[in-house]
Amino acid sequence: EIFELKAELNSDKKEKKKEAVKKVIASMTVGKDVSALFPDVVNCMQTDNLELKKLVYLYLMNYAKSQPDMAIMAVNTFVKDCEDPNPLIRALAVRTMGCIRVDKITEYLCEPLRKCLKDEDPYVRKTAAVCVAKLHDINAQLVEDQGFLDTLKDLISDSNPMVVANAVAALSEIAESHPSSNLLDLNPQSINKLLTALNECTEWGQIFILDCLANYMPKDDREAQSICERVTPRLSHANSAVVLSAVKVLMKFMEMLSKDLDYYGTLLKKLAPPLVTLLSAEPELQYVALRNINLIVQKRPEILKHEMKVFFVKYNDPIYVKLEKLDIMIRLASQANIAQVLAELKEYATEVDVDFVRKAVRAIGRCAIKVEQSAERCVSTLLDLIQTKVNYVVQEAIVVIKDIFRKYPNKYESVIATLCENLDSLDEPEARAAMIWIVGEYAERIDNADELLESFLEGFHDESTQVQLQLLTAIVKLFLKKPTETQELVQQVLSLATQDSDNPDLRDRGYIYWRLLSTDPVAAKEVVLAEKPLISEETDLIEPTLLDELICYIGTLASVYHKPPSAFVEGSRGVVHKSLPPRTGSSESAESPDTAPSGVQAAEQPAVIPTQGDLLGDLLNLDLGPPVSGPPIATSSVQMGAVDLLGGGLDSLMGDESEGMGGSGSFAPAPSTAVPANLGAPLGSGLGDLFDLTGGVGTLSGSYVAPKTVWLPAMKAKGLEISGTFSRQVGSISMDLVLTNKALQVMSDFAIQFNRNSFGLAPAAPLQVHAPLAPNQSVEISLPLNTVGSVMKMDPLNNLQVAVKNNIDVFYFSTLYPLHILFVEDGKMERQMFLATWKDIPNENEAQFQIKDCSLNADAVSSKLQGSNIFTIAKRNVEGQDMLYQSLKLTNGIWVLAELRIQPSNPSFTDLELSLKCRAPEVSQYVYQAYETILKN
Amino acid sequence: MIHSLFLINCSGDIFLEKHWKSVVSQSVCDYFFEAQEKAIDVENVPPVISTPHHYLISIYRDKIFFVSVIQTEVPPLFVIEFLHRVADTFQDYFGECSETAIKDNVVIVYELLEEMLDNGFPLATESNILKELIKPPTILRSVVNSITGSSNVGDTLPTGQLSNIPWRRAGVKYTNNEAYFDVIEEIDAIIDKSGSTVFAEIQGVIDSCIKLSGMPDLSLSFMNPRLLDDVSFHPCIRFKRWESERVLSFIPPDGNFRLISYRVSSQNLVAIPVYVKHMISFKENSSSGRFDVTIGPKQNMGKTVEGVVMTVHMPKAVLNMNLTATQGSYTFDPVIKVLTWDVGKITPQKLPNLKGIVNLQSGAPKPEENPSLNIQFKIQQLAISGLKVNRLDMYGEKYKPFKGVKYITKAGKFQVRT
Repeated sequence: EIFELKAELNSDKKEKKKEAVKKVIASMTVGKDVSALFPDVVNCMQTDNLELKKLVYLYLMNYAKSQPDMAIMAVNTFVKDCEDPNPLIRALAVRTMGCIRVDKITEYLCEPLRKCLKDEDPYVRKTAAVCVAKLHDINAQLVEDQGFLDTLKDLISDSNPMVVANAVAALSEIAESHPSSNLLDLNPQSINKLLTALNECTEWGQIFILDCLANYMPKDDREAQSICERVTPRLSHANSAVVLSAVKVLMKFMEMLSKDLDYYGTLLKKLAPPLVTLLSAEPELQYVALRNINLIVQKRPEILKHEMKVFFVKYNDPIYVKLEKLDIMIRLASQANIAQVLAELKEYATEVDVDFVRKAVRAIGRCAIKVEQSAERCVSTLLDLIQTKVNYVVQEAIVVIKDIFRKYPNKYESVIATLCENLDSLDEPEARAAMIWIVGEYAERIDNADELLESFLEGFHDESTQVQLQLLTAIVKLFLKKPTETQELVQQVLSLATQDSDNPDLRDRGYIYWRLLSTDPVAAKEVVLAEKPLISEETDLIEPTLLDELICYIGTLASVYHKPPSAFVEGSRGVVHKSLPPRTGSSESAESPDTAPSGVQAAEQPAVIPTQGDLLGDLLNLDLGPPVSGPPIATSSVQMGAVDLLGGGLDSLMGDESEGMGGSGSFAPAPSTAVPANLGAPLGSGLGDLFDLTGGVGTLSGSYVAPKTVWLPAMKAKGLEISGTFSRQVGSISMDLVLTNKALQVMSDFAIQFNRNSFGLAPAAPLQVHAPLAPNQSVEISLPLNTVGSVMKMDPLNNLQVAVKNNIDVFYFSTLYPLHILFVEDGKMERQMFLATWKDIPNENEAQFQIKDCSLNADAVSSKLQGSNIFTIAKRNVEGQDMLYQSLKLTNGIWVLAELRIQPSNPSFTDLELSLKCRAPEVSQYVYQAYETILKN
Repeated sequence: MIHSLFLINCSGDIFLEKHWKSVVSQSVCDYFFEAQEKAIDVENVPPVISTPHHYLISIYRDKIFFVSVIQTEVPPLFVIEFLHRVADTFQDYFGECSETAIKDNVVIVYELLEEMLDNGFPLATESNILKELIKPPTILRSVVNSITGSSNVGDTLPTGQLSNIPWRRAGVKYTNNEAYFDVIEEIDAIIDKSGSTVFAEIQGVIDSCIKLSGMPDLSLSFMNPRLLDDVSFHPCIRFKRWESERVLSFIPPDGNFRLISYRVSSQNLVAIPVYVKHMISFKENSSSGRFDVTIGPKQNMGKTVEGVVMTVHMPKAVLNMNLTATQGSYTFDPVIKVLTWDVGKITPQKLPNLKGIVNLQSGAPKPEENPSLNIQFKIQQLAISGLKVNRLDMYGEKYKPFKGVKYITKAGKFQVRT
């Protein structure tokens, strides 16, 4: 077939040629390899026939990369086409040249591109603008050297709106790989230009311009208002992406407007209709819109408070739309609309889709907790659902009823009897644990509580940890309430927990209860039966600082995942965190908390507890409740409370993530909010034996520096030998080099350059070799490095390609840098943050490594690692093994969490088992290598 | 920006790929297939999927998945909108957006994709401009081309792309100058068991077919523009005029396009043109149930309700249905458990009814869920919101155009719970 095509391509007849090229393109589209025809197709390029030319261009773009030498043949035609009198051809040529990703060609591209950027025809200019972005992608250095970036910046002031839009788009794309550069430095004049272009450019251009505007920080509320006024008409655009980008700009700048302003109210009113309209679009658009509305509703609930009905679920909505709608319904639920919402939720609970039904049942519970007036109706709805006897509905209902009990104690206990009837049908750990909690908590009102709990005890060993822990606590509660009849039961459970179980948490808890009960039963009562803090109203809210950041990312992927880009964008390199502008204007002092500084916000945030994942830890803590709202508790109990509290916290750290923690994919609220700060002091002191913080061990001595190795042998570099290593001292990275002249002539004019690399390493200063290097002479140089260079993912990740120039030639070599030079000094994570983050990172991201035969004990390991900015957050001894919990942060803001288990293998050596968790799992392997290097040297 | 596009059919074959930057291997689609498998139903595949190195954003249209690959932070709506635009363009060019049509015209498809996106940036997405650059295939043209040797690629600069009205091509000429507007309203509603309205709103659009020579400047006014408080406009509409005078003033694109879409919100009362009486029950411990549904007209402003079709997703346990229809015909597909009843026109004298026995799998528990009834209908010559066009004026050209307005009301997502 290829052969036939070849003959046809070389035919004299134009028609035949064209048909042949068409056939070639057709094969190419379906993935067949027709690269063998390259020279023949390129020969057809010199033609006046526009269609043929376009087809050949299509082909070139696809295959030039694999045939770079042949592609050079096409260069002349391109250059000629760039001079063509027809602007369409000029544009086409410059556009296609940019798509040919061959280094050699880019050199020839510069001149034509420069001309095209200043072309008289705006169509050519706008195409050339995009071409700069393409070229930057292939060779960033070239673009900077040639001054194209400045030309591009000038194009923002172009007279043609299309050119402006494309220049903005190109600059935004380039800026993304240069987070620190000020490519899009906007000032009031350029903003004005953009706003004018906004009205006249295409819908896609409007998206780019709006996204760019959103990054601007107006100088005062008046400027913010005038921008808002000019952006508002975009809300009526037919393109939903334009609408959402406009919403982003408005949501952000609104922050600066005073709430007393009439305009503020008008703007709020204007925002609702376009958001609702997005929901009548295709399901894919709806999904993205709903994820964003979820954020908007949390930030400014007033916008959509009257629009509850549009979120009602249709039975044939895709499941991903249904689940999102449900979430928003709960957020909008209020006293005014609760009746409607409940009727809907009850309807959903009879649908077919199990996931959706479960979520609907849970939603009923959340409504009860959120809207107090509705609690009674919610409970009766849940009871109705329990009557259906549909297994998973019953189990979900019991889980949420437990939460309702905690929110409204001593109010709905009459339903307990109905719950107990369903005891046998519960087969999910969460539901069993919830039921056991209820029985234990209300043991005094349930006549046969002991029988019920005893029935669970029979299969104690087969239960999941969650249920076991709950059962232990419940029986202890029962014993404290009815000591006479249940002595045997409590002994049984304590011995099961302490003697027969392998689970350290269960054992620890068992021992604590045992000792507590045997030493001071009164204190035990005060501790175990202490009044619990009420759970808060609003559940799984996004933490306010994160919410504010996410508002700045409306319409982007970050808004779909509800995570800041730094948490998931690949190789996220010091992504600049966006923040809402502070409010200016008159009402500054009378601000609502939502604009208070972030630190205050975190403190004011009420205890956010019952997301699924946290329920276990929370229930555990609860027994020995931290004195939030409870009565004062004796000192001893506070200390004991602290113990269990930490035990509970460690549960989440240590074992069974799968059961307790894995549950919710949503942002887990940091447990720090659940632990009041005032507990900090007794906690620290009372726990000396459990937690040995290694703070203060090992002073900053700078990180480990490997001996120098030869990177560039003299043979390969005309007599220049380079050896070197990397080091990090007090926050600065340097590359320590020894240059040796093994040639017979004097060397001078040294210079060094790095290729783009994974972490943006770049020389912070030029290579300074003061005197010419005489034959057989060496010079030692320490080259300071920074990490603000351009970023490109390398394989392996820590590969660095270096070019060194001297008066003789340019030499290239590549080297691997140890990752620990990138560990920054402020890499110590707060303990609570650590717990939350550890849970939040999915288990797939965990990587395990072994370090054999290390000659250090735990403390020595910890101090040695600290020297290289790997910080120990907690230490624990489990069955004679030391466990270290550590954190470190890379220069690009990636956190790596580590659990290090130290097992003595023989008297003088230990084996280390390292588990690493990180949101960017590809770095784990290199972090492990760094550990190994540091520990073995 | 958008990196690559894969077109995948329902059986999981990648039948077309296009890369605007470097080539991304087909294997990236494995993540998509994985998600597809998890979703079971094709409609339930999540539109945004993350993979270790890329993000996949997809839409499902006409039995084809359009899967785009992106690598950097890009607004997902931008990508989804663009993909729908691609599908619309195929529809526009080939009359249908199907696998066969795409495969038959693969070169044109490739040329179109190349024109629509440059390095991931949208280039020309307006149908008017695209048609100037790449002529749609017609039988006549391919015959003519093969005789004269001319091509279907235009040799002109797409003039519209530069002017301030990029949506209209220059030098339009017609012998008959016509401007037609279709006011189409769809009622989205959820009716509960007892027949009261849980939720209802009207989604309206005005689709236009404008064949006018030169550069006509039109203004369209309504009798009751107050109804339109939530509107999305085609870019051609002058927003300021609308804000101040509530008049749609615009220079139209050439040919067919959607002028505005609007929503009459649930705050206003929405008239519901049909009612449904239903009795669907499954007996405990017996393998049968009863089914009895009657449809009747209400609030239809004296117009006939026609094209009535009812579809019901029956519970899984339903084996078969033995029904009699007093009007129209019904089918039950026992594989996907869908009952379809094609009723036709409703005459108030004799209300259409469908009733009979439902056979259940023996031994299976009584189905918990109640099936929802999905109703479709049409009412000609009526815009249910009451929207009425007042007049159309033309400036800028001298000839007198033919003008016409048509109204139609349809059921959108109209569901009756039982």
